[in-house]
Amino acid sequence: MQTNIILAGVGGQGILTIAAVIDLAALQSGLTIRQAEVHGMSQRGGAVQSHLRISDREIYSDLIAEGTANLILSVEPLEALRYLPFLATEGRIVTSTESFINMEGYPAIEEIINELHRTNQPVLVNAAELARKAGSPRTSNMVMLGAAASLTGIVPEKIESSIEQLFRAKGADIVAMNIRAFRTGEAFFHHQATVS
Amino acid sequence: MAWLFYIPFWHTERFVNHLEKTSSVSVFEKNLCMNKQLLLGAEAIALGALDAGISGVYAYPGTPSTEITEYIQKNSFLREQPLRSAWSANEKTAYEAALGMSYTGKRTLVCMKHVGLNVAADAFINSAITGVNGGLVVAVADDPSMHSSQNEQDSRVYGKFAMVPVVEPASQQELYDATRYAFDLSEAVLLPVMLRLTTRLAHSRAGVEGKAVRLQNPLNALYAPERFVLMPHNARRQYNNLLAMQERLEELSELSTLNRLIPGTGRTGVLAFGIAFNSVMEVRQAFSLDLPVLKIGHYPLPRKQIEALFNSCDTILIAEEGYPVYEELLRGYFDLQNGKCIKGRLDGALPRAGELNADSVALALGVTKQEVMAIPKIMVNRPPELCKGCGHRDLYEALNTVMSLHEQHHVFSDIGCYTLGALPPYNAIHTCVDMGASITMAKGAADGGLRPAVAVIGDSTFTHSGMTGLLDAINDRSPLTVIIADNDTTAMTGGQNSSANGSKLQAICLGLGIEKTHLRTIIPLKSHLAENIKVLSEEIAWDGVSVVIAVRECIETAARKKRNPAANL
Repeated sequence: MQTNIILAGVGGQGILTIAAVIDLAALQSGLTIRQAEVHGMSQRGGAVQSHLRISDREIYSDLIAEGTANLILSVEPLEALRYLPFLATEGRIVTSTESFINMEGYPAIEEIINELHRTNQPVLVNAAELARKAGSPRTSNMVMLGAAASLTGIVPEKIESSIEQLFRAKGADIVAMNIRAFRTGEAFFHHQATVS
Repeated sequence: MAWLFYIPFWHTERFVNHLEKTSSVSVFEKNLCMNKQLLLGAEAIALGALDAGISGVYAYPGTPSTEITEYIQKNSFLREQPLRSAWSANEKTAYEAALGMSYTGKRTLVCMKHVGLNVAADAFINSAITGVNGGLVVAVADDPSMHSSQNEQDSRVYGKFAMVPVVEPASQQELYDATRYAFDLSEAVLLPVMLRLTTRLAHSRAGVEGKAVRLQNPLNALYAPERFVLMPHNARRQYNNLLAMQERLEELSELSTLNRLIPGTGRTGVLAFGIAFNSVMEVRQAFSLDLPVLKIGHYPLPRKQIEALFNSCDTILIAEEGYPVYEELLRGYFDLQNGKCIKGRLDGALPRAGELNADSVALALGVTKQEVMAIPKIMVNRPPELCKGCGHRDLYEALNTVMSLHEQHHVFSDIGCYTLGALPPYNAIHTCVDMGASITMAKGAADGGLRPAVAVIGDSTFTHSGMTGLLDAINDRSPLTVIIADNDTTAMTGGQNSSANGSKLQAICLGLGIEKTHLRTIIPLKSHLAENIKVLSEEIAWDGVSVVIAVRECIETAARKKRNPAANL
C-alpha cells in the first residue's frame, strides 16, 4: 500500500492541520510517513503545498514524483490546478470550491471548474456551506478531510481518533464539532459517488 | 608539544570500539522504547542533541534551521538537567558562545541557516584550529532552490575549508542518530563537527525513535593556552596538527554507517550525497533498476569505497544535493573523469542549480517516464504578501508618500517580513542583500552623494548586524535616515524573541551617538498616517544621521499571545 497526497492551499488556510491529522492516523495505523511542508517566506499569503506520503514499506523521497499523486486535496480551487503535473492518471482531485483571491488576474471560477472537470472524477465541495451546517464555518478543513478520507488509504475510525486527540485540549464541544464536520464531508463524498 | 597528536588518536581508537559496541546496544534499546514520535527533520536533530546530553544550544533564527532551537526551547523543561536555549543576537555570537561552553567540557549545539555560517565563519574556521573540549556540533541548514533565501551556497564547502568532519544524514531517523554520533565524534577527534541538512529534510516529518538519554558532561574547563591562544607560534602548530589529522578523519569516514553501498550488478553506478540518495533510491525502486548506489553521508570522502564503486562501473552518476563540489574533484581539472564516464551537474545530466528530485534523477539515468498533465494556461502566480493589518503596510504607505516628493527615491532594506514591501502594491524598497546591509549600503550611497539615503531594517536584524553599521555612519557623519521597523519579534521565521525592542532599541541608538532630537518614534497605524508622514519627511530632509523607530507589534504574534496567554512568558 502506498498513497501519495498533495495538500494545497494558501498560506494561513490551515492545510498543516489536515496534514497533522492524517500523519497521526497513519502513524497509529503502523504505517510509514513522510510529510514535507513549507515554512518561511511563502507562508505569508502565498501558494503553499505539502507532500504527504504514506506506505506500508520504506519511503525514500520526501517529495512526490510527477505523475504519481493519488490525491490532490485542496482547500482552494485554483490551487488544486497548480499541482496537476503531479497527479497520476487515475489520481483524484478533492477541492473546496471557495476562491481565495489575493492577487491580480484570478481566473473566472467557471474556467477553473471546467479545468477541474478535465481530471478523473473530481470531487468539488462547497466546504464553507457544509461546515456551517456542521456547526461552525471554522471546521471547513475537517469537511475537506472527510470528503477525501476514503482516498487516503486509512480507515476513517483512525482519522476520527486522531481528530479527537489533536483537538482534545480545546474541549469536548470542539472535538464533537470537528468530528461532525468530518462525517459531513464523508457523507458528501459517498453521496456524490452514488449519484455518479 | 606533540600531545595533540596522541590524544585524539587514542580517543579515536576508543571511539571505533565504542561504535562497534553501540550496534549491539541498539537492539536492546529498541525493545526498551518503541515510542516513535512524528518529528520534522529539524526537530529530530533537537531530540538527538537533547538525548546526547547537551548543556546548551545557541542559534539565531533562519529558515530552514529555526525549528531545531524552538524544539529544544519547548521541550528542555522536561529534562532532568537544566540547559540554556535562548536566542543569540547573531550567528557569530552564537558560535563563539558555543565554543566557550565546549571549552568548559560541556556538549553544545549551535544552529544556523547556510548564510548564517557566513556570519559565523571567522569563529567556525578558527575553532577547527583550536579544536574543542566538550562535543561541539554545528547544525547548518542549506536551502537549495532558495525557498526562503538569497542564495543556495553549499555548506559542505565550508566544512572542507575548515577541514572538519561533516555528516549529512538522509532521513529523519538518521538525523537523530547522526546528531548523537556527531557529539561522540567531536569528542573523539577534539574537533567541531558540522551536521549539514537541506530544506526538504529539515521541513519534512517522519516517525523518529529516540534512544537512551545521556547525562550532561560535568564542568571540566580546559586550561590549554597553547591551543586557544591563536598567536602565530601556536596557530602554526595547531594547523599542522589539523593537517596531520586528515588521514585519520578519512579512516573514520570509511567506518561510518552514514556511508554505505547498496549493491547492484549494473555497469552504471551512482554516488549519492545527502538526500540525493533518497531521490536515487526512489527511482531505483520505481523502475526496478539494478544499480549499485554508494550513499555518502560522512566527509571527508571514504576514498576506498569510492574507488571500489569506480572499479565496478563504467559510468558513474554523481548526484549531490547542492553544488557539484565532489563532482568537480572526481572529474579533475582537465575533466579526465578518472578514466570513466562521469555524469552529473557539470555536464547537464542533472540540472546545474536547485534541489534534485526523483524526476531529474530519472531523466539523468535515462528512464523515460509517462507524460504528465500540464498546468492549465489560466494559472496565475500567488506571491507571498504582507499580512492584512500588518504595521509594515502602514509604514510603507507613509514612506512611499514621503519618497515620492524627492527626485531620488532609493530605499535600502534588509531581511525580514518587511522585505515583502519590495513587491506590489508597495514596491517601497529597492535592495535586500544580507543581514544588516540596509544601513551600511545607505551609508555608502550617502558617501557617494545620494540624497536622501534611507534604510529600512527590522528590530531583530538591527541587533543582528545593523548596530555596527550605524556606528560607522555616526562616526563618519554620513547623512542618512534609518527606519527601524520594530514589531517586537523576529516575524518572518515565526515569531522568535528578538534581542532588543522598544526602549532598549532607543538606548542602543542614543548610546551609539544618535542625537536625541533625531531619534523619533512613530506608530504605523492608519490613524497616524498624517503624523507619520510629517515625522519621516522632517528626518529624511535633515542633513545628518537620524533614526525613526516605527513601533507596532506583529499582528501574528499578538494574535498568538491572545490565543495562548502563557506564550507571553
